[in-house]
Amino acid sequence: MHEMSIAQSLLDIIREEMQKNNARILRSVSLDIGQLSAIVPESLSFCFEVMTSGTELEGAQLIMNMVPLRGVCRDCGREFEIRDYAFECPHCSGPHIDTVSGQGLSIVEMEVD
Amino acid sequence: MKVSVVKNILEANDRIAQENRAIFDEKGLLVFNLMSSPGAGKTSLLEKTIDALKDDLNIGVIEGDIQSSQDAERIAEKGIPAVQINTGGACHLDGNMIRDTFKEFDFDALDLLVVENVGNLVCPAEFKVGEDFKAMILSVTEGEDKPAKYPLMFRESKVLLINKIDLLPYVDCSVDRIREEALRINPEMVIFEVSCKTGGGLEAWYDWLREEVKQSSAARKH
Ligand SMILES: Nc1nc2c(ncn2[C@@H]2O[C@H](COP(=O)(O)OP(=O)(O)OP(=O)(O)O)[C@@H](O)[C@H]2O)c(=O)[nH]1
Ligand SMILES: [Mg+2]
Ligand SMILES: [Zn+2]
Repeated sequence: MHEMSIAQSLLDIIREEMQKNNARILRSVSLDIGQLSAIVPESLSFCFEVMTSGTELEGAQLIMNMVPLRGVCRDCGREFEIRDYAFECPHCSGPHIDTVSGQGLSIVEMEVD
Repeated sequence: MKVSVVKNILEANDRIAQENRAIFDEKGLLVFNLMSSPGAGKTSLLEKTIDALKDDLNIGVIEGDIQSSQDAERIAEKGIPAVQINTGGACHLDGNMIRDTFKEFDFDALDLLVVENVGNLVCPAEFKVGEDFKAMILSVTEGEDKPAKYPLMFRESKVLLINKIDLLPYVDCSVDRIREEALRINPEMVIFEVSCKTGGGLEAWYDWLREEVKQSSAARKH
C-alpha cells in the first residue's frame, strides 16, 4: 500500500502548480499510470479522496490513464508493445529491450480555476 | 483553465535518491537495495554474507522494518554497523529515510552498504533510495508464479537469489520455471540458487558480490 505516499507526492505537486498558476479550485487532474508500475488505481483513487476531503481540493476528479508497456530493441532498433511482460524483441528475438513507455507514473494535466 | 504539467510523481524522491547516490559515489561505497516478501530470507542472507566477507570488506547495513529492531540487532551481533529504520506503517523505504541514517555511519570506513528493505514484493520496487543496484530474493515456498504476478520488482532487480532450496523436496515448485519466468521479464538478470540454512550455492553469490565491489571501486578511481 504505497498509494498513500504516491497520493501525498501527487498533492505536493498539485499544490505547487496551483500556486504557480494562481489557481483556487482544482476541477480535475490527469495521470498516466504505466502498466508496469505497481499501482492499484482503485487504491490510489481512494487515498486521493481521503487526503483531499475537507481541504480546498475536495471534490476534484482524478483521471487515470493506463499506459501500455512499450519497448525498443537495442539490437534492431524497432519499437513494439511488450505483451505479458516478455522483454524480448518480437522481430529479432533480441533480449536487450529499453522501456519506452508504461513504466512511470506521471501527472500530465490539471484543470483549474 | 487547463494546465499541462508533465511531471514524474516520484520526482521528489528520485531527486533525494540521486543526492544520496552522489554521496555514496564520492565515498567510494557500493550500495545495494535488498528486497523480498516478508520472511524470504533477507536478514539470513545478510548474516551469511557478512560472515563470509567481513574479513575482506567493511560492510554496513540499514535495516528497514515497519516495526521492531530485531533485524538490526541480528546484524549488530556480527560486529557490523547496523542502523534500524522503523517506517511506522509505510511498506517501503524511500530516499529521505535513508538520508536520515547518514549521521550514524562513517562512510569512509565502509566498502559496502546494504539496505534491507521492508518485506514486500510490490512497493519497494517503486522507490529508489540511491542504490547502485537492486537485489531480490524469492524463496521456493512462495511459488513459481511470482515473477508474472509481481513483474516490476523482477524487472528492476539486477540479481535474483532463489532461496530455501533445501526445502525443494517438500514443495511443488520448479526452480527452472522461476528462472524461465524471471528471465522473460528481465533477460539480463543474474540468478543464484541458494540455501541460507545449509549455505548451499552461496559461494557463487559471494564471489559475484566481491567482484562487484572490486569493479565499482576500480571504476571510481578513474
Ligand atoms: N529452511 C530454510 N529456512 C530459511 C532459509 N533462509 C531463511 N530461512 C528462515 O526463514 C525465516 C525468515 O528469515 P529472515 O532472514 O528473517 O527473512 P527476512 O526476509 O529478513 O524477513 P523480514 O525482514 O521479516 O521480511 C527464518 O526463520 C529463517 O531461519 C533457508 O534457506 N532455508
Ligand atoms: Mg529481515
Ligand atoms: Zn530487435
